[in-house]
Amino acid sequence: MNPSGPMKLAVRSNSSEETVGLGQKLGKLLTSGDVVALIGELGSGKTWFTKGIARGLDVPAETIVTSPSFTLVNCYEGRLPLYHMDGYRLEEASEFINAGLEEYFYMDGISVLEWADKWPELLPAWHLKARFKILGPDSREITFEGNHPRARQIIEAIEEELMREN
Amino acid sequence: MLILGLDTSCDDTSAAVLEDGRIVLSNIIQSQVKLHQPHGGVVPELASREHIRNIMHVAQEALKTAQVKTEEIAAVAVTIGPGLIGSLLVGLYYAKGLAYGLGIPLVAVNHLEGHILSVFLEEDHPPFPFIILTVAGGHTSIYYVKDFGHYEQMGQTLDDAAGEAFDKVAKILGLGYPGGPVIERAAKKGDRERIKFPRAYLAKDSLDFSFSGLKTAVALYVKEWEKGGKDVTLEDISASFQEAVVDVLADKLILAARKKGVRHVCMAGGVASNSRLRERLLEVTGANGLKAYWPRPAYCTDNGAMIALAGYHRFMRGEVADLSIDVKSRFPIGQNA
Repeated sequence: MNPSGPMKLAVRSNSSEETVGLGQKLGKLLTSGDVVALIGELGSGKTWFTKGIARGLDVPAETIVTSPSFTLVNCYEGRLPLYHMDGYRLEEASEFINAGLEEYFYMDGISVLEWADKWPELLPAWHLKARFKILGPDSREITFEGNHPRARQIIEAIEEELMREN
Repeated sequence: MLILGLDTSCDDTSAAVLEDGRIVLSNIIQSQVKLHQPHGGVVPELASREHIRNIMHVAQEALKTAQVKTEEIAAVAVTIGPGLIGSLLVGLYYAKGLAYGLGIPLVAVNHLEGHILSVFLEEDHPPFPFIILTVAGGHTSIYYVKDFGHYEQMGQTLDDAAGEAFDKVAKILGLGYPGGPVIERAAKKGDRERIKFPRAYLAKDSLDFSFSGLKTAVALYVKEWEKGGKDVTLEDISASFQEAVVDVLADKLILAARKKGVRHVCMAGGVASNSRLRERLLEVTGANGLKAYWPRPAYCTDNGAMIALAGYHRFMRGEVADLSIDVKSRFPIGQNA
């Protein structure tokens, strides 16, 4: 791996349950201030992945994480607050800022943003990217990507966790 | 007794005057659909700015139409959640100003409770207990309703709301916004049996919904379809998609009624205006010896009348809000304001 380029880790998921499981692994590793940028087309598993992050953050199981496309942001209480945001309906960076969404990146808690590739300039430097690719009706490829030391640290920890499992 | 009801939870600014918890004297809805059309959805910054522009004249129009003076209002009821924070704030602060200025009580209402009780705005309303499906862009849930203020959620969507699925599929099909009406219109000319899209019933006996798989199935299908060679029209895809949503909604409503041994089955919220859903609900309730109810379209979309009605019942129970109350983007129905 080129040490100067972004670090990447691709993981295959064969079902929405596996996608939730992967999200849960990530959720367990997150600390206050972390920002997870989700990128991928409609139906590629972004909301289900976030269900897993919520589980990894000990959000109570009876709390159901649903799509924030309509509400723009849903907040959940776990061991840390989780702000689940969605840029699907927005076009301009100014709309994102005026809706007050950018502020969540700098609050105590975890920010997860769907459709994060719309305004890359708004993401804090330390964000971790997760790209979702549809391989077939149920299978997905989820690629973690990061440049910042914090993002690299998280990716390494996920890799270790996956290796321990196998 | 007159209640002024205000709702600014999403893209409509609405105000209504309700007399004695039953008679709608006025119900003014200023829709922002035209404004949002180029964006393919509600843009919140536009929404809150428009609410600020509209709220005063919409409220005054409601009083004028009802031929009521401001001083005759006994209480002002307002939606405090769930919804878009920026939009909710406009309604709440206008309501606070009115309540403070007139020296009348402020009543905080849950938007979902408004939808649940909207069936009481019609002459032919169900007796308690009943089952109701609230189905719109931001929510899809089934409730067992024992009485005013007594709601048991039996199921809800695990991912996308049904109205959201309509909006996203309309975007995939290039049909525009809002998704519900444009897909319904296209579907009328299509064959609903043409494509067998998946129906997510989840676990046996589950009253939860999942529409994200259906959305993905349509997206994958359209990708193939765009390559050409298929003897299928855009209208067929619309009709087949709509049928998949309608099937699950109708079947789960019947299942809920059977579980509770209830004979009265209702639906409310924007998607409840869908004519194919109404047709199916009549079929399945008829076949099962049940009776179906839904309010007219003006009470299905977000409206002030349902908020006034829910506010009236809260007010009668003495549930008056403090002026320091804040909005709530998430607001489960069992939770107190």
